[in-house]
Amino acid sequence: MKIIVLLEPSGNSIKRSSLESITAARALGATSIHGFMYGGDANSAQIAGEYGLSDIAHTPATEYSSTAAATSLAQFAKSESASAIIVAANAAGKEIAPRVAVKLEAGYIPDCVGLALVNGLIQGTRPVYAGKARIAVSATTAMSVYALRPNVFTARKAENATSVNVRTFTPQLSESDTRVKVTNVIRNEGKLDVLEADIIVSGGRGLKGPENFHLVENLADKLSAAVGASRAVVDAGWRPHGEQVGQTGKTVSPNMYVACGISGAVQHLAGMSSSKVIVAINKDKEAPIFKVADYGIVGDVFDVLPVLSQKIGAVTGK
Amino acid sequence: MNIIVCVSQVPDTTTKIAVGADGKTIEKNGVKFILNPYDEYAIEEGLQLREKFGGTVTALTVGNDSSKDILRTALAMGADKAVLISDSGNSDTFGIAHSIAEYAKTVVPDLIILGRQSIDYDSFAMASMVGELLSLPSISMVSSWTINGSSITAERDIEGGKEVIEASLPCVISAQKGLNNPRYPKLPDIMKAKSKPIDAVTGASVPARVTTVSMELPQTQRRGIILNDSEHDITELVRLLHEDAKVI
Ligand SMILES: Cc1cc2nc3c(=O)[nH]c(=O)nc-3n(C[C@H](O)[C@H](O)[C@H](O)COP(=O)(O)OP(=O)(O)OC[C@H]3O[C@@H](n4cnc5c(N)ncnc54)[C@H](O)[C@@H]3O)c2cc1C
Ligand SMILES: Cc1cc2nc3c(=O)[nH]c(=O)nc-3n(C[C@H](O)[C@H](O)[C@H](O)COP(=O)(O)OP(=O)(O)OC[C@H]3O[C@@H](n4cnc5c(N)ncnc54)[C@H](O)[C@@H]3O)c2cc1C
Repeated sequence: MKIIVLLEPSGNSIKRSSLESITAARALGATSIHGFMYGGDANSAQIAGEYGLSDIAHTPATEYSSTAAATSLAQFAKSESASAIIVAANAAGKEIAPRVAVKLEAGYIPDCVGLALVNGLIQGTRPVYAGKARIAVSATTAMSVYALRPNVFTARKAENATSVNVRTFTPQLSESDTRVKVTNVIRNEGKLDVLEADIIVSGGRGLKGPENFHLVENLADKLSAAVGASRAVVDAGWRPHGEQVGQTGKTVSPNMYVACGISGAVQHLAGMSSSKVIVAINKDKEAPIFKVADYGIVGDVFDVLPVLSQKIGAVTGK
Repeated sequence: MNIIVCVSQVPDTTTKIAVGADGKTIEKNGVKFILNPYDEYAIEEGLQLREKFGGTVTALTVGNDSSKDILRTALAMGADKAVLISDSGNSDTFGIAHSIAEYAKTVVPDLIILGRQSIDYDSFAMASMVGELLSLPSISMVSSWTINGSSITAERDIEGGKEVIEASLPCVISAQKGLNNPRYPKLPDIMKAKSKPIDAVTGASVPARVTTVSMELPQTQRRGIILNDSEHDITELVRLLHEDAKVI
């Protein structure tokens, strides 16, 4: 089984989700794994060697086009006669993967939280119906494409690091491949995004007003965490849209998710229930958030948060 | 501007989900179905563009007789035309994309608008698949955009910020919350929509490329340690996070 993994450049390295994809490919027992990188600086992918990836094909690009990236990846996979492609289910991966699957007449399994080899077939497990159910899905086609939910699979280094050989892959692109392109990227300066954070501290209507969110921000600071929010407080204009976690917001899987004054409506759970550790602070012991919590404190956020921040600060040294 | 808006019928978000007798899909008995919430943004966007540039808005769904309800909602909101493409009920995302694309080839729209995700299978895939099948550019999860002649400038959310994207018509886009404020249909329009025609088209069935092996309700494996708000308990929480869960 030959697997192609999409590697996404990030600064002078590659995204952690790309390392998670490599690890997942190894865990499936792939006979060979090849990395593919579109744009960016191929040398930034050297770290992949620590995760056991020795061969990387790179298609240089001066500007980013999702359609050109998809065409390049599909052509590379075809040239390698690969049987599976793994990408991260992030903003880029979700646009590229369906196109690659259509081009290769491959089954596409999005948003996987599990991958397993069952009777020689790769089976993806994925949440559906806002996480209220899970399905195991396999492809009926020779080739298949998987998008993995970021931070659910753990990136593990290989026992033996290998050296990385980077080669250039030159795709055949047509005019229709470059009719959509990214012309600018606007970064949220100075603020950690919930999609990139290892820890998220979220606040809901229990905070009573925007003026009290310093309690949430303060705890987030002690944990080097991002601040998240429920839809109720985003719709009320207390917090910016980009912080919203849930079905209409962002889907996150941090190492720890701390929900403060959030009831745990199913649409909120849809966005955070795959977090590794969930902590809830709510004054109502019947609040549904406690049903998914690893640790809960039944209490008033106005009393609990200052004490908790101070005690956590003593551990983290912040 | 000739616009197709794709809509899907989904269980109401508050519905309790149970696994059906086949062990692979949900038990549909007793489930209330609604218009996919993101598709309201798609319809609204189509209507606003028609108000600005003229043209027609066609609401389209791939489904069965029961899907007529969501087409009537689209008509009540102001769509000019509704199309129901019949489907075996076993199509995967690709099969539905294929039906949409085959229909689009017969009407050659300037724009196809979808929701960012259908809240049943949550695939986030349809816009890219339809775009690919029609060799058209696509932009998914658009949160704001402008059309100038045939040029499009759009913004979409990415990790840590936004991307500015340029493309050209004809194009496929999927709508993100915040793109607009969907209108509520007025009662007289809801009544009128009831007697408006719905075009029936037979879909070209293609073999599914993925198959569900099993469906189950998620088992929570959470620790479920619930403490009080005393200083002692808060200290204990911090210890547990540090020593047991090892997250701080
Ligand atoms: C189609 C659709 C999509 C949606 N998408 C999302 C989404 O993406 N994200 C999302 O979050 N929601 C979403 N919702 C909304 C969701 O249903 C809830 O309304 C929302 O999550 C509630 O936010 P909340 O928990 O902050 O507020 P509430 O439900 O009002 O809960 C507030 C909680 O705070 C507690 N509390 C009050 N005071 C205190 C105090 N002093 N100390 C401690 N606890 C206190 C209360 O006990 C309560 O549990 C969606 C809804 C629909 C219909
Ligand atoms: C593994 C798998 C198994 C399935 N099994 C079944 C099954 O047994 N029975 C069954 O009835 N269905 C089944 N489906 C089909 C599923 O209901 C459709 O895929 C669903 O309508 C689209 O959801 P999505 O999450 O794939 O689309 P997304 O990519 O999340 O949808 C995005 C947008 O596409 C448009 N769209 C989505 N669906 C339609 C549609 N039907 N018509 C027009 N526009 C649409 C909407 O604008 C929507 O906002 C299955 C799908 C998958 C992936």
